[in-house]
Amino acid sequence: MITLLHEQRQTRWPEAAARGDELWLDGQAIEQATGWTWKPEGLCRDDVCVPLPRAAEGEFERDGLLNLAALWRRSGQPVVHDAASRTWVLGTGAAQRSAALATLQAPDFTLPDLDGHLHQLSSYRGRKVFLATWASW
Amino acid sequence: MPVWQSLFDELKDHGFTVLAVAMDQPESARPWIEAAAPAYPCLIDRDHHLADLYNLVNVPQAIWIDEQGRIVRPPEIAGSTDAFRAMDRKTFAIPDAVIAEHKRIKTLYFDAVRDWARRGLASVNALDEGRAAARLQLPQATIAEAHARFRLGRHLLRQGQADEAQAQMAQAIRLHPDSWAMWRQAAAKNERGLAAGPEFWARVDALGARHYYEPADIADPQVQ
Repeated sequence: MITLLHEQRQTRWPEAAARGDELWLDGQAIEQATGWTWKPEGLCRDDVCVPLPRAAEGEFERDGLLNLAALWRRSGQPVVHDAASRTWVLGTGAAQRSAALATLQAPDFTLPDLDGHLHQLSSYRGRKVFLATWASW
Repeated sequence: MPVWQSLFDELKDHGFTVLAVAMDQPESARPWIEAAAPAYPCLIDRDHHLADLYNLVNVPQAIWIDEQGRIVRPPEIAGSTDAFRAMDRKTFAIPDAVIAEHKRIKTLYFDAVRDWARRGLASVNALDEGRAAARLQLPQATIAEAHARFRLGRHLLRQGQADEAQAQMAQAIRLHPDSWAMWRQAAAKNERGLAAGPEFWARVDALGARHYYEPADIADPQVQ
């Protein structure tokens, strides 16, 4: 099995999806793994669509599958995997992080407390939030 | 942190909350949380997702977020100082003047949080959009890759692939040398759970004139 990590998502896919630096997934898998939807106009999320680049036949798209790793890299975002190509991280690029921060809207997240209860930053709207980090180390 | 608890107790009825995030492993954070028994939410971020989202490099960094979810102070060090660097490493003594300055800065910072909690945008330290944007520190491509490798490393470590995990985290640290959070999370810890051995001190010394805790630029609410 392939494990794919993106933001806080963790999904698993059949072994056949990955070969070296290539990661071939169908539209349903891409949506579950990343939240992006594969449409005729490109990869879309919310109101944004990123057109698939013009490329040599079969470089990004083949037999109903997309080489998501190649597309991800092409958009300037980090793709890293272990030596066996079984665990992959599709990171978020610096430009995408920077654009989100520049809006000054606090990037949302959901994290557990010690008891496993999930807390979402945006559920504290209406209050001032002093978001403070610490660690034992 | 006791000071966070007193802030919360004092200001929770003023539409204010502390949201604490441990960039840490749950088993390491647990004894501290259980001892402090905080009344405010205390979240666990074992893969340092927050550091990736907000471009954080150390703890305690804090972000002030208003009622509409807008950042009114981008990430900054929340009241800590480099006082520990003036410590005599044999006797652990810190000069009185350094301690006094540390206390002054800590008090100033938390008084500023109180002032903002009570007065909102009228607080001198609540930054308007222009000033807040000017203070944002935005990540470079190397930092984005460092976070991806750190995430992979933490995951592989949990899967029992320790060697590959360490290699990924070492690469992350090379890509993002300013991140103390990555370095200390990955480093060997002493019996008290601290990454505070000779390698830590060598890394601190190598900072030279640069700060370990970058000072926050806080205006004194009493003076304005």
